[in-house]
Amino acid sequence: MGLNIQNATKTFQTRGGPVTALDRINLSIRDGELVCLIGPSGCGKSTLLNMLAGLEFPSQGQALSDGQEITGADPSRVLIFQEAALFPWLTVQDNVEFGLTMRGAPQAERAATARRLLEMVHLEQFSQAWVHELSGGMRQRVALARALAVAPAVLLLDEPFAALDALTRDRLHTELQDIWQQTGTTIVFVTHNVREAVVLGDRVIVMSARPGRIVAEHRIDLTRPRQIENVETTRLAQRILADLQLEPSTGQRG
Amino acid sequence: MTPPTAPRAPRLNETTRLWLSRAVFFALFLAVWEALFRLHLWPDYIFPAPSEVLAALGRGFSNGTFWIGILGSMRRLVQGYIIALAIGLSLGVLMAEWRWFKNTFGLLALGLQTLPSISWLPLALLWFGLNERAILFVIVMGAVLSIAQATEDGIRNTAPIYMRAARNLGARGWRLYLLVVLPSALPSIVTGMKLGWSFAWRSLMAGELLYTLPGLGNLLSMGRELNDMSQVIAVMLVIIALGVIGDQLLFGIVERRIRERWGLAPRKSTRGG
Repeated sequence: MGLNIQNATKTFQTRGGPVTALDRINLSIRDGELVCLIGPSGCGKSTLLNMLAGLEFPSQGQALSDGQEITGADPSRVLIFQEAALFPWLTVQDNVEFGLTMRGAPQAERAATARRLLEMVHLEQFSQAWVHELSGGMRQRVALARALAVAPAVLLLDEPFAALDALTRDRLHTELQDIWQQTGTTIVFVTHNVREAVVLGDRVIVMSARPGRIVAEHRIDLTRPRQIENVETTRLAQRILADLQLEPSTGQRG
Repeated sequence: MTPPTAPRAPRLNETTRLWLSRAVFFALFLAVWEALFRLHLWPDYIFPAPSEVLAALGRGFSNGTFWIGILGSMRRLVQGYIIALAIGLSLGVLMAEWRWFKNTFGLLALGLQTLPSISWLPLALLWFGLNERAILFVIVMGAVLSIAQATEDGIRNTAPIYMRAARNLGARGWRLYLLVVLPSALPSIVTGMKLGWSFAWRSLMAGELLYTLPGLGNLLSMGRELNDMSQVIAVMLVIIALGVIGDQLLFGIVERRIRERWGLAPRKSTRGG
């Protein structure tokens, strides 16, 4: 599913007056592409992602998926949050099945999908565990499986690995790339970690803070799977970092 | 409940120490009681020995009067509580979802909540007459508002991130409500249910004391009329035991389980008053 943001501006009313979170953003993402959005806190990258998810709407301009205006949340575009947002009253398996249950899928199909996806994220032996029994990395993998269960055309990830330790994060980078190559899902990945963006993205879009604008775009042509501790990765990361530092960052809030 | 003591010299196992000090305390308590009895400062029918209370307990249970009392009180409590639960949950949902109702009825509820529920008894007696229904009414009035309040709180405080995640996965309408909003509110609802149970229990005892129906309150008044202090204390012990079983064991365990599973911090014990 291709995504398009056309001339989108987003203004929030705050106590101190209106704040422009996004300023005339133009962005198009091809079907099956893995795009990373990067920028300082307060650059509106989460707002942009919510817009693509249909959980927020542009004040001006348009957000389109496959040429159709996005009018609301839809399981074809699933958002994954920084905290996994799993439902603690359900087991791991029931969490993964949630979207299919909402769709009214038969029990056998739900169970089969859950088993396949839990195997994919290497958590098959935890299917009956409760959420509070899982580590942060495991929760994010369950969240990934829960999102993939509805076979979304687009995965939107909002700094999903930011709260994890480096080792877990590296492993999840690999898993995410595997999943992407297996499923052909379009992925938009928001991060403030430059190396993460370089490791994952076909393209890295650099944004500036308040008002959020797109200031640079980098095509990453390294072969996959990519390593985070690699000369090429580091060199590209340095270049993108330079873009980011050119931008005077004033904002504090995300 | 006594709060756990702060760790000092870690010689003994923490729980062993805790229970040891509790055992010592209660042994001392009984010893002082027995000593006071032996001094005969007060007539025996005013201040019985612990052994006499124990005998009264045994008597009450073996001749069946305590069982009848417990059964009568429990039946009334459960009936009233179920009614209170049904009304309280509905009112809670209404207050959470319907702003007008919250702004109007919510204010009334806030006022009524300060009213000790036994104050409803005269009104209930005039409305329903001298019968079970009057007591049931008092129990319901005692429990219903705390259940409604907690339900409303729980629903209102549904984490927005659960809602976003659920909507994003295609949850809508009553399914969203039944499978996300209510489960998310469950810890708060259970706390309210526990509080409601405490209030219902207190209302029931107060109600039963005031007139004659087979029940624990009635056994208390009977003990007073017969000048049988050991029976009075024995019945009080039964009431305490039932209160502990309800509050701490039944609801306490459920509440703790749920809070643990929901990943919430253990709550400081919420005691109804």
